[in-house]
Amino acid sequence: MSHHSAESDSHGSDDHHGELGHILPFSVYRNVLIGLLVLTVITVWIAKDSTFDFGHWNIAIAMLVASLKATLVALYFMHLKFEDKVTWLYAFFPVFLLALMMGLIFLDNPYRRQDKPIEVHDTLAEQR
Amino acid sequence: MSAGAEGVEHGEKNYLNHETTIWSWLTTVDHKRIGLMYLFTITAFFIIGGLAALTMRLELARSGPDFMTPDQYNILFTLHGAIMIFLFIVPGIPATMGNFLLPLMIGAKDVAFPRLNLLSYYVYVVGAAMAVVALLNPIDTGWTFYAPYSTQTKSAVILMTGAAFVLGFSSILTGLNFVVTVHRLRCPGMHWDRLPVFVWALYATAVIQTLATPVVGITLLLLIMERWLGVGVFDPAMGGDPVLYEHFFWFYSHPVVYIMVLPAFGVVGEIIPVFSRKPLFGYKMVCYASLAIALVGFLVWAHHMLVAGISDPSAIYFSVITFGVAIPTAVKVFNWVSTMYKGSISFDTPMLYAMAFVFLFMIAGTTGIYLATLAVDVFYHDTYFVVAHFHYTIQGGAVIGLIAALHFWFPKMTGKMYNEAIAKVAFVLVFVGFNLTFLPQFVLGMQGMPRRYFDYLPEFEELHMISSFGAVINGFGYTFALVNLLGAWIFSRRKATENPYNSLSLEWQTQSPPIHENFRETPTVDDYPYAYGTPVEGGGH
Amino acid sequence: MTAAAETVPGEPPHAHHWSPVNAYHGAKLGMWLFLATELLLFGVLFTSFAIYRYTYLGEFHDASLKLDWKLGAINTAVLILSSFTAALAMDAAQRGNNKRVKNLLLFTVACGGIFLVVKYFEYSHKYEIGLFPGVECPVVEAGDAHHGDAHHGAGGHHQEYCWPKDTSALSAEQKEMLVSNKYKMYFGLYYCMTALHALHVIIGMGLLSWVCFLAARNRFSEQYYTPVELGALYWHLVDLIWIYLFPLLYLVD
Repeated sequence: MSHHSAESDSHGSDDHHGELGHILPFSVYRNVLIGLLVLTVITVWIAKDSTFDFGHWNIAIAMLVASLKATLVALYFMHLKFEDKVTWLYAFFPVFLLALMMGLIFLDNPYRRQDKPIEVHDTLAEQR
Repeated sequence: MSAGAEGVEHGEKNYLNHETTIWSWLTTVDHKRIGLMYLFTITAFFIIGGLAALTMRLELARSGPDFMTPDQYNILFTLHGAIMIFLFIVPGIPATMGNFLLPLMIGAKDVAFPRLNLLSYYVYVVGAAMAVVALLNPIDTGWTFYAPYSTQTKSAVILMTGAAFVLGFSSILTGLNFVVTVHRLRCPGMHWDRLPVFVWALYATAVIQTLATPVVGITLLLLIMERWLGVGVFDPAMGGDPVLYEHFFWFYSHPVVYIMVLPAFGVVGEIIPVFSRKPLFGYKMVCYASLAIALVGFLVWAHHMLVAGISDPSAIYFSVITFGVAIPTAVKVFNWVSTMYKGSISFDTPMLYAMAFVFLFMIAGTTGIYLATLAVDVFYHDTYFVVAHFHYTIQGGAVIGLIAALHFWFPKMTGKMYNEAIAKVAFVLVFVGFNLTFLPQFVLGMQGMPRRYFDYLPEFEELHMISSFGAVINGFGYTFALVNLLGAWIFSRRKATENPYNSLSLEWQTQSPPIHENFRETPTVDDYPYAYGTPVEGGGH
Repeated sequence: MTAAAETVPGEPPHAHHWSPVNAYHGAKLGMWLFLATELLLFGVLFTSFAIYRYTYLGEFHDASLKLDWKLGAINTAVLILSSFTAALAMDAAQRGNNKRVKNLLLFTVACGGIFLVVKYFEYSHKYEIGLFPGVECPVVEAGDAHHGDAHHGAGGHHQEYCWPKDTSALSAEQKEMLVSNKYKMYFGLYYCMTALHALHVIIGMGLLSWVCFLAARNRFSEQYYTPVELGALYWHLVDLIWIYLFPLLYLVD
C-alpha cells in the first residue's frame, strides 16, 4: 500500500494551512446567545406592540432582524467567520439564488397583464 | 519490488479483476466501478427510452391512427421524456464518465466521499425503480408534470414525482461529492489553471446539480401535497397560480439542460486537442465559459414560459438574458474550431463524434436564439420546432458527447480496443439518421405542427415520414455503436496500451485499465494537459 | 497518521485517499454544500409564501391570528438555546472534552424534544378546531372551479374544496375559519413548512444522538471532532430556518 503523508496529499488542494478549526472563547458564544434572544424579543415587540406600525415596512423590518440573527448564527455558531473563501462562496451563492428566484418571480406574478394577479378563466363553467 | 514483479502485476491487476465476486461489485466504493455500474444502468434506460421514441415515430409516420390510441400515445411520450431526462441524461455523463474520470484526471485515489458515491448509486436505483413502476402504471402528464393537470389527473403522478425527488437526491449527492473532490483532492501541482477542461465542466455541472436540484425536489413535493391536501398553491380554483409551478419547475429544469450538456462540452474539449495535436485554443476562456454558462443558466429559466402568460417586464428580461447564454457557448465553439484550425487532424471515431457535436450543437444554439426571441416564440412555442431544437441540444449535444466519451475512453476503461471500421459506420448512421429525423421537424414546426400531438393533417405526412425513417436509421446507428463497444470489451483480443492516443492528460498516464488505487504513486503535475506541438516547458498558455 | 490509527479513540478514522486535515476540511465543505441545498429546499416554500402573502395579505393576516404566537416565541427561544449548546458542544470537542460534548448534546437533543412537544400541542389544537388537512383531497370538478375566485375573500360561502369534506358537524366558529380558500392556502403552507422543518428537527436529533453516542465512547479529541462539527452545523441550519419561519408565519401584519 502506498500511503502518502498528509503533506503530499494536500498539495494540490486549495489551502495549505494544515490545521483544524478555530477555537473561540466562551464569552463569544454567550454574547451571541444574548444577542439572539434580545433580537427575538425585538421581533415580537415590533410585531405585537401597536405603537410600532410601519405599514408595509413591518415585514421588511422583521426580515431584517431575522437576517441579523441568521448572520450571527452563521458567523459565530457555525464558524463561518473563520472559514475559507470557498465556504463563503457556497454559503452565499444559495442565498443569491434564492433572492434571484424570489426577485424574478415577483417581477412576474404581480405584474401580469390582468388587473388582478391571478385570474380564473373557466370557460367550461361560463358556457353552461 | 523487482522489475519482473512489476511487469507481472502490470498485466494482471486492475480495478476490474482486483476483486471479482458480484458482491464486491455491489458493495464497491471504487469510483471506477460505480461509474461502470451507472453506465450499464443508464444504457438500459437509454434503450427503453429509445424504443419508446421509435414506437412513437412509427405511429407518426403516417397521418391517422395506426396501431395505438391517443391515450397510449400520451403515456408513451411521457415515458420517453421521463426516462430520457430523469433516468438517462441527467446522470448521463457526470455519473458515468465523471465518476470514472474525475479522480483519474486530478491524480486522486478516489472521490472525496466514496461511500456517499455508492449511496448515490443506490438512491438512483431506488428512484429508477419507482419511476418505472409509475411510468407503467401509467402516467400521462408529460415529463414536466405541469399543474393544474398533474394535480387532477388520476394517473400515477405521486409515485412519479416521488421518484423524481429520489433521483434528485442521488444527483445532489453526486454533485456535492464532485465539488469537494475538485476542491480538496487535486494532486500536487494540479492548480486550477492546469485542470483539464472536462474537470472544469464537471465542476460547473456539479454546482448546478447541487444547488438547482433541491428546488425541483421540493416543488414536486408541493405538487404531491397539492394532490393530497389541496393546499391550493398551484390551483387557480383556490386562488393559486399554476404558472408558479412552472417557475419553480424551470428554475431547476433549465439549469438541468446544462447538467446534460456542460459535461459534453468538457468531453469535446478533451478530444479535439488530442486528435488535432494542437494546444486547446483559449484554454482559460473555455474553462471560465463553463462557469459562466452555469451561472447564466440560473438566470434564464422563464424563457420556457414566454407564452404562459407571464408579465411583460419579466418576459422581456428573460428573453434578453437568454441571448446572453449564446456568448459563453459561442466562446467554446470558436475555441474548439480554432483548435482544429491548421491542426494535424486524425479522424478517429471520437474525433468524428466531437466534430459532429460542434456542428449539431451550433444548430441547436442558433435555433435557440429563435425561440428566445419574444415575437418569434409566440409562433414556434409548443411546435415541432421546439422538439427539434431541444433534441439537437440534448441528443446532438449530450448523447453524442456521451458516445464520443465512450469511444474516447473505452481503451482506458476496458483495456481493449474496439473495431474502428464498425465504429465509423455506426457514426455515419447516427449522424445521418439524427439529422434526417430532426431537420424535417424544424420545417414541420415552422409550418405549424404542434408537439405532443397524436395525429396531424395529411399535408405534414411527407416530412413526418422522412423523420420516422431517420429515426430508424438513428436507432440502427446507436445499436451498431453500442454492440461494437460491448463486443469489443468481451471478445476483442486487441489490448489497449496505456496511452493509445498519446494524450497528455493524467488519466492516460496510468495503466489501462487503471489499477484499483488509480496510480502507483501520487502523480505530480507541472503543466496543463494540452501542450501539444509546443515545447513542454513553455506551457503555451 | 498511520494506517493503524483506525481503532484508536480520538484519532481520525483511516481513509486511504486523503489526509486527516484535508478530510476534515472536505467534510465541512461537503456539509456546507448540503446546507446550501437545504436552504434552497426551504427557499421554494418561502417564495411561495412570499408571493401569496403579498397577494392575500389580509387573509393571511387573519389566518395567522389563529396561531399562538406565544408558543412560537417559546419555540424560537428553545431552538436558539439549543443552537447555543450545540455550538458549545463543538467548542468542547475542539478542546477534547468528550464528557462535556456528551452532556451539551444531550441538552441540545432535549431542547429539540421540547420543540417537538410544543409543536405537537399546536398541531393537536388546530386539529380540534378543524384547521387540519384531510388525508384525501377531492378532485375538483370543472364546474366548481369558479368558486375559488380571488374576489370572494373571507365572505365567501363555498365549502366544496375545504379539508373536512363534511362541514355540517362543525361549529359556527370552525366554519368561519374555513370560509376562505386563502385560509386554507395559508394553513397548507404553514403545515408544509413547519412539518418539513419538524422533520429536519427529528433528523437533527437523530444525528446529534449518534454524535453523543460517539462522544460517550471518547471518540473525539483536539485532532478529530469532524462529526461533532457536522452535526452542530446541521442543527444550526434547523435553527436558522426557524428564525425566518417564526416572524413569517406567526407575526404576519
